[in-house]
Amino acid sequence: MAEDKPRDPEKDKLKIKSAKKMRDIMTAYYIDAKTARDNGKKVAWITSGGPVEALHVMDVIPVYPENHSAMIGATKMGGGLCELAENMGYCSDICSYARSDIACATINGGPIGGLPAPDFLVCCNNICGTVMKWYEVQARYFGVPLFIFDTPICHTDFPEETRSYVEKQTIEYITFLEQVCGKKFDFDRMMEVGKLSLQGQRLWQDILDTTMSKPSPMSAFDAFFHMAMIVTLRGTHTAVEYYQELLAEMRERAANKIGVVPHEKYRLLWDNLAIWHKMKWLSEKFAAHDACLVADTYTSAWCSSMKYLDEGDFLKSMVQGYTRIYLNIGVDQMADIIKNMITKYDVDGIVMHSNRSCKPYSLGQYDIRKRIQDEFGLPILMIEADMVDERAFSESQIATRIDAFMEVIKQQKG
Amino acid sequence: MEAIQAFQRVVDDPGGYLQTITARRKIIGYCCTYTPEEIIFAAGAHPVRLFGSKGTIQRADAHLQAYSCSLVRGVLEDALAGNLEALDGMVFPHTCDSIQRLSDIWRLNIASTWHNDVVLPVKLNTESAHEYMLDVLKKFRRELQAWIGAPLTDAALQESIATYNRLRGLLKRAYEIKSGDPGLLSGRAVNTMVKGAMIMDRNEAIQHLEVLVPALEAGTGNTARSTAKRVILAGSICNHPEIYDIVESAGAQVVWDELCTGSRFFEGQIDVDGDPLAAIARRYIGRMNCPAKHKDLRSRGETLLRMAQDHTAGGVIFLNFKFCEPHAFDYPYLKEMLQGQNIPSLLLEIDQELPAAGQLATRIEAFIETM
Repeated sequence: MAEDKPRDPEKDKLKIKSAKKMRDIMTAYYIDAKTARDNGKKVAWITSGGPVEALHVMDVIPVYPENHSAMIGATKMGGGLCELAENMGYCSDICSYARSDIACATINGGPIGGLPAPDFLVCCNNICGTVMKWYEVQARYFGVPLFIFDTPICHTDFPEETRSYVEKQTIEYITFLEQVCGKKFDFDRMMEVGKLSLQGQRLWQDILDTTMSKPSPMSAFDAFFHMAMIVTLRGTHTAVEYYQELLAEMRERAANKIGVVPHEKYRLLWDNLAIWHKMKWLSEKFAAHDACLVADTYTSAWCSSMKYLDEGDFLKSMVQGYTRIYLNIGVDQMADIIKNMITKYDVDGIVMHSNRSCKPYSLGQYDIRKRIQDEFGLPILMIEADMVDERAFSESQIATRIDAFMEVIKQQKG
Repeated sequence: MEAIQAFQRVVDDPGGYLQTITARRKIIGYCCTYTPEEIIFAAGAHPVRLFGSKGTIQRADAHLQAYSCSLVRGVLEDALAGNLEALDGMVFPHTCDSIQRLSDIWRLNIASTWHNDVVLPVKLNTESAHEYMLDVLKKFRRELQAWIGAPLTDAALQESIATYNRLRGLLKRAYEIKSGDPGLLSGRAVNTMVKGAMIMDRNEAIQHLEVLVPALEAGTGNTARSTAKRVILAGSICNHPEIYDIVESAGAQVVWDELCTGSRFFEGQIDVDGDPLAAIARRYIGRMNCPAKHKDLRSRGETLLRMAQDHTAGGVIFLNFKFCEPHAFDYPYLKEMLQGQNIPSLLLEIDQELPAAGQLATRIEAFIETM
């Protein structure tokens, strides 16, 4: 329908051109995954914060149920699938990524007709304890091996006991992969993949940092879209090459003062996962107030532990790299990271998504809010919603609250 | 029974009871059965299980969303309301996402207590996880010792292990007697006994049990054999003893449970030989697990089936906390495994307040009729 309308060159200028390529790459990726068996390749399901690099070394195609559930949310198929899971006996308070995935696996539903069945599962609990329960369900359903990469939460520090435990698991992980794949692990290849992973993370951070420019060349909503690559293709040339292009485009936009929100006046920061089923609505809602969500805590989580990673010895350094990511740390450390982002991206306010589906992200938000308000006096809006389950979204109420919040921002900033 | 009354008094007024201890010993709170309380006890401190506020939640709402479980909200409410002033410290073993964040929130808001995270492994079925478990217990011992300011010796640990083996053995014996002759002791009394034993000084609890258990033993056989239907309760903690009353008025008896206020607290004796810390670690690894820990894919289901078989139970009632994910994830497969053995089950989602008594009774009665 949009194609029928005459093109508006001003609007075209605002569009991010790399987006089409991104869609093509992701389509090709899912086709590869769905035809893996025909090509003699194995498929592993892995959590979004899991050590995927080793899978690339073994030529296994990693598939991300979380990314898939986000697509389910974005195509507004979450409510239906969640309801199906509830009919299967899964309580409606369970994470909606898990509910959608568990239901989808039984009917091959959703926007891409379901994910290819896994040969094995890799679950890293650095993002939550939920994934372990979710992957147990899928391991029973598919009858495949499950490897749990246990990364103890680092409330305040990184104890020696934790380092030793995760280091041992790195070796166990490789042994597990050798067994399920029936071949030796290639440590030279690991060096290459590790370098590509780190390179991808650096590029992704550079892309996110282009939003320091005013106006911001992209928004958190764009980051939510383009993050699929750092999640699913981390450690590949594809991700590195794509992000090089995207970075060039963003830098060019920044240099030419092309903002993604036409008259950017207010800069905001987003906390927590996206509300996938309301991306367009939220993006337009804020843009109508000349507000751009210039940064977020979610998409930057994939480069939140770069300081621990060493491309000379990726395997060893990933012990800290995977354990000390954003979320697997104390609430006060998360607050400190947000404080830095406030200054770095020069934001005027914060929008916190209190996400019923994600307890490790959401519980503690009230304390973070208080700490930030005490120190910066920034207006903070708390939206209660769910990342996938659109049934939990109250549009008119949230619209009113956004309008009221923007009024406060406008009064403060003038 | 006098012993049950003694337990009832501490369950009704834990704060008042703790006041009698506080002059003598440091009091350390916890809210999970993975807390290595044998180490706390060996250090000369008093471990006390917290079950959450029974009143309305107000203060905790400033820190926790309404979609947190009533245990997490209730415990924080008690702390913020000043109901836990007797506590000198609080220990948080890592279990679920909610307790993980409760630990952070506690650390940032309740400045008056010593705070310790015991970040246990999430999986219990690998060698490295066992080594890590032991490392974490060693670290806890070191930190506790430093805080208490007195050496925590192996001899003290061994003595503590003996105390816990005795306590747990007695609780288990009481359960066995009840299972053999369910009419002998009400479910409410059993619930009070276990909860009381988690609040009361452990030696004092043993003294009461040493009176109670022989009395129960003497009572068996004197009563007509119970014809009640036999039910197992499964879940985390049961804060609502009314549930036992309803089950009993519907003509059934709870003959065993898979609860943290029950068998998860007393199952598993600790080896008395060898390194005491390693022995403690082995119990937490080997004992029936909570769903927040991974043992294997069907360990809880197998435990429940074995329990049903051992105690000839005809049905299982799941008491799941509203918003508790680990338990909610397990329910469908547990139900299916039970169904496979023709054991019906009923799911009750429990929040801070029980649903209207009539409504709950109707559901439980209907379920028991189908058994």
